[in-house]
Amino acid sequence: MKLFGYTLPGMSSLILWGLLWEIVGRLDVTFFVPPLSEVVSTLISVIGTPAFLKALYETAYAFFAGVFFAVFIGIPTGILMGKSRLLDELLLPWVNMFLSAPLTALVPVLMVLFGFGMKAIIITTTLFAIWIIILNSRAGVLQINRSLVEMARSFGASPLDAFFKIYFWAALPEILGGVRIGVIRAVKGVIIGQLLISIVGFGALFELYANNFLMSHFWAVLIVLFALAFTISESLSYLERRVSYYAAKR
Amino acid sequence: MSQISDRPDSASKPVPENAVAARNVSKNYGDVEALRDLSLDFPRGQLTSLLGPSGCGKTTLLKIIAGLLEPSSGEILVNGELVDGPGPDRAFVFQDFALLPWASVIRNVAFGLELRGVAKSEREAIAERYIKDVGLAGFENSFPHELSGGMRQRVGLARALSVDAQVLLMDEPFSAVDEQTRRKFQEDLLNLVANENKTFIFVTHSIEEAVYVSDQIAILLPRPSRVSEIIRPSGIRGKGADSIRRDPEYLDIVDRIWASLRSYVE
Ligand SMILES: Nc1ncnc2c1ncn2[C@@H]1O[C@H](COP(=O)(O)OP(=O)(O)OP(=O)(O)O)[C@@H](O)[C@H]1O
Ligand SMILES: [Mg+2]
Repeated sequence: MKLFGYTLPGMSSLILWGLLWEIVGRLDVTFFVPPLSEVVSTLISVIGTPAFLKALYETAYAFFAGVFFAVFIGIPTGILMGKSRLLDELLLPWVNMFLSAPLTALVPVLMVLFGFGMKAIIITTTLFAIWIIILNSRAGVLQINRSLVEMARSFGASPLDAFFKIYFWAALPEILGGVRIGVIRAVKGVIIGQLLISIVGFGALFELYANNFLMSHFWAVLIVLFALAFTISESLSYLERRVSYYAAKR
Repeated sequence: MSQISDRPDSASKPVPENAVAARNVSKNYGDVEALRDLSLDFPRGQLTSLLGPSGCGKTTLLKIIAGLLEPSSGEILVNGELVDGPGPDRAFVFQDFALLPWASVIRNVAFGLELRGVAKSEREAIAERYIKDVGLAGFENSFPHELSGGMRQRVGLARALSVDAQVLLMDEPFSAVDEQTRRKFQEDLLNLVANENKTFIFVTHSIEEAVYVSDQIAILLPRPSRVSEIIRPSGIRGKGADSIRRDPEYLDIVDRIWASLRSYVE
């Protein structure tokens, strides 16, 4: 973006929105929106407390475990679906259904199946993230240049070689795109899990702050969460750009 | 002793005169009959072109020889042995190059060796030699998208050469490069046939190209395809690369082939 001939650094529009927030907060329009400066100072005071660190740890643990399973189950499943017509016909309707299903409604079922603990939260997180990862990996494999596969076969590639040396790399741009969206969905999954299944982590903090009308605390934690999600998503799009040089020429 | 007589020593076995032989090969794709009862011999150390109208099954035949496709009936023999899949005795050069876009030139050239489990330092040494041979020295660490079409096909050629297969299968390898590069490639190919003791099977659309580079030209008819004619431009083979195109015999053969193919071209 350019302003009066100066190139502004990325995301400088955030300053504008921050100012707006501050003004609305000062005007005392609603207790729900305290001034940004108050939120920031609350943030600084909250961020080192044991309660916050515990919440951060619990959330991060569930999040990374959930994303781990989504990635390591989702990518191979998607690639195999792209390779095998039979598997595709068997699984695709389910993947599409779960992708668009209101997963929140499923959470009570998961509670019955897996109890009220970390396990159910991790599974919720995985369920939020995995479908788009599967679908994108599959799409990545479907657009592979057939002659790359034939080339590998003609030089004697085993199916395992073909999987790791051709399919995975050829589908990598789509896979990374899927993982990025999956991760964003996983943030949603982990918080919903923490709110519905057992009140732990950031979910517990949200609950606590909202019930006691501690709005600046509430916003402070929300900002931390947004910032974390944004950082992870940005580092993944950085990786995506690293492979984009061949995405158009496979 | 009986063990030895059970397994005949391959060195003492007579080497067949034809490196590759197609015996009564037919291929159907569903209702489409691409090849019907096609038989053709490919003499060792020579270049055989497959020439014919578009869609007559040239690629199909080449892929069957490569072991990438199974014939509906009939068989392919390579050095007298039945083909039932890809093997180290054959290497393929692809029309669209089929390079790994995420890998450097040297890794692409070494990829055939990598799949065969050759150690990294060894395969890169071999690859480097062939990269130099095809005239790409200095581009070892470039990526395919940084190369021109002609350079990419040199990478594809170096990859096929580096596995040291006896039979090179080339599916219209020069059709995606420009005319001048193509002429240079044709001259290089003649040298390759003369210097490497390999058997080349070469698919092309171009009558001139076929006559220029071939020891033997098999003319295929439209689907269901079989060999209608075999032409051996033997008279012009001994001549220098630059005088072939002016040779009357060269021009005669080009005319003759065109005369027999023109009725199949709308
Ligand atoms: N996978 C396939 N499924 C169905 N039909 C096919 C398939 N591959 C090829 N064919 C048909 O088989 C016939 C021969 O195809 P092939 O690609 O071998 O021809 P070609 O001689 O190489 O043609 P061109 O000169 O245009 O490359 C064509 O009519 C084509 O439509
Ligand atoms: Mg073809």
